[in-house]
Amino acid sequence: MANWVLKGLATGIKTSPYPARHDNSVGISPGRPQNTVLDAEKADELVRRCPTSAIVRRDGKIAIEHGRCVHCFRCHPDAGGAAATWELGYEWGAVSAGVERARQKLGAAFGRSLHIRFLDAGACGACISEARQLNNPYYNMHRLGFFITPTPRNADVLLVAGPVSDAMRTPLLQTWEAMPPPKRVVAIGACAISGGVFGPSFAAAGGVAEVIPVDVIVPGCPPPPLAILHALLVAVERKPPVSPETSGDGAA
Amino acid sequence: MTIVDQDPVAAVLPINLAELCAARWPGQVSASLDSAGRICRLACRAEELREICAWLMSELGFAFATLIVEEHPAWLLTYIFYKSAESPWVHVELQLDGDTVVVPSISHLANGPSADWHEREAEDLFGLSFEGHPRLGDFVLHEEWPEGVNPMRHDFDARQPLAVREPEPGWEPPTIVVAPGAFAMPVGPVFSDFAESAHFLLETVGEDVIRTIPRFFYKYRGVEKIAEGQPVDRVLLLAERFSGTAAFAHGLAYCQAVEAICGIEVPPRARGLRTVLAELERLRHHAAAITGICNSTALAVATSQAALIEEDLLRLSGEVARHRYLFGMVRPGGLTCDLSHMRCRELAAAIPELARRLNDLYRMLRLSSSFLDRLEEVGIVTKEQAVSYGLVGPIARASGLSADIRKLFPYAGYGPLDFVVPVERQADGYARLRVLFREAEQSASIIRQALLVLPDGPVSSDHLACCAGSALSAVEAPSGATFHWLRLGADGAVARYRLTPPSFANWHGFHLAAENFAFQDFPIILASFGLSNAECDR
Repeated sequence: MANWVLKGLATGIKTSPYPARHDNSVGISPGRPQNTVLDAEKADELVRRCPTSAIVRRDGKIAIEHGRCVHCFRCHPDAGGAAATWELGYEWGAVSAGVERARQKLGAAFGRSLHIRFLDAGACGACISEARQLNNPYYNMHRLGFFITPTPRNADVLLVAGPVSDAMRTPLLQTWEAMPPPKRVVAIGACAISGGVFGPSFAAAGGVAEVIPVDVIVPGCPPPPLAILHALLVAVERKPPVSPETSGDGAA
Repeated sequence: MTIVDQDPVAAVLPINLAELCAARWPGQVSASLDSAGRICRLACRAEELREICAWLMSELGFAFATLIVEEHPAWLLTYIFYKSAESPWVHVELQLDGDTVVVPSISHLANGPSADWHEREAEDLFGLSFEGHPRLGDFVLHEEWPEGVNPMRHDFDARQPLAVREPEPGWEPPTIVVAPGAFAMPVGPVFSDFAESAHFLLETVGEDVIRTIPRFFYKYRGVEKIAEGQPVDRVLLLAERFSGTAAFAHGLAYCQAVEAICGIEVPPRARGLRTVLAELERLRHHAAAITGICNSTALAVATSQAALIEEDLLRLSGEVARHRYLFGMVRPGGLTCDLSHMRCRELAAAIPELARRLNDLYRMLRLSSSFLDRLEEVGIVTKEQAVSYGLVGPIARASGLSADIRKLFPYAGYGPLDFVVPVERQADGYARLRVLFREAEQSASIIRQALLVLPDGPVSSDHLACCAGSALSAVEAPSGATFHWLRLGADGAVARYRLTPPSFANWHGFHLAAENFAFQDFPIILASFGLSNAECDR
């Protein structure tokens, strides 16, 4: 007979120190390019090289529209030639550009008990996998009062990944409508923000905001688990969002 | 327990195949071999198509790989079959004349329906009609999709968003079971915790589910269509990202197709590292599948243990290859960046420890009778069913089939490496779990071996000029054989990209495993298949 209790105890505590302290573990984030000061020639080269138009020139430097960046690493120093500087952080949750409208406050009660319905609107699987990791012992989001719920009727937050494929448009809308107010929508990954490499097209809406109002966005392809955790903390106002300058949503 | 299948039908030599064909259908089928003797093309008429396909599959033991439809503007259909390294690939080509859109179906032949979904897909996306197909109709495009609009046709503009359409309020899914008290329980498309979007209609008369009618393609993103007209390096992003949990395998398959068309030689170090990264991905994929199976039986500690291994593999991938899912590593001609000696040493040191932890988990699971009770004799797919449905990968290997592209058509650096393809015969959920564990162990061994013999040198070819042509590339993705067929136009852009992922083949056979079971076993059957809808739907 296998002794699972002993096995669990012998494994010890694996939980990330985040959000109380910074998590310095290796391999928890793919990193992402930063706004970089470059001479005109190199900046133009990077703008040309970026396959998703995530790099634009602004005020003598290159600016990154993170909502479009898919971590292709073609502007990474490893690629040779002109390169953007890359950061290895994960606090990427930003307030969606269209969200300055008056909203119902979630209220303090949600700060320690937040129920989340995950919805796959045509995601490739990597975003889903990273969201699923939030339940593994490293990230263990239960300790923060975040719970996944199977029904939208109990959900406070709709966590959506994917560019919203044509057949998922109605299920997305109906799931959102089934949630009682106050409610929040968190869009995770480049696809859910800008359509990523897929859209907009005949088969994908090109982002969750095309169908329902989005409150918080998490850029990344996929955003690592701590970035999603940061966005959930932003949604309940336990962490400040990163500013739109360093985390553009493609509409800047 | 290890049983490696010996193929009952001997290899078919290329030259024999052409002769056999000419003798059997004199003057009706023109057979030709390519210069390397690797591809045998059989150009036939619609009248002989069924006979030839039945002959290849039933008599010669070939497996159906994929159906490629091209609009040139008359329709050219290419049915691709494979067998082993000694036998050639067989391309059965059917050129339709003028405006014919009716093709004989090969889905109801005695050898099984392996081409079934390919034909249904072609009917939906190209507007072709398959005569004699038992079940055509809404498939990839659901019922709200306007009739007569076929998105894969050249005259359809992929950039135009489709008008938003309301679902029909009175629509009900078709059911099969007719019995007193029978009812259908819908599951999905939004269900469970982190489930991918798919719909399953469970038909039941009470306690037991009699059969399951799956409905997929909620996640159809038109990848094959939006790839058309795009440059090669842009389509690479799609190849990697249409199924993010098998990104490296699909990126590799795409790059190999480009390399075959353009005659690009991949340097030895890149071939070795491609093997290492492909196995790292398989190891992580299998750890995730094992986590899913443990979770489906609500065995909490085992789920946590497997999830820790999965996350450690994700972190290891991020550490050695920058990205946790290995995006952005492979490119036509090699890799985008080298793994330094230090990184290789770190990898070589970390893998045995992770393999030991997986083995430890395997040992403990085998001692947990309550866990095994949930998996044994659940979700059985017999060997005969697996053959007739053309199932691939770990699922097929749990049903007694030994086919593995790494052995059949070695690519990257697999050729000289020593590994076995684990096969189980019980064909149930537990057999699938055993295959996952044993394959993971082999992957760890392959990584160690490949790192030991890794040569120094460049990781990318300098020669990267694109030229026109077409090629098929086969790779053993984590969940089975994937076939990427690519045609590049004279302008160097992608003219047609046909993706045949393993989940497409295996979801086709899922309903076989989901018949006559207790309702609470459904999540377990689902988890033991461990398939991706993103990969299937594309």
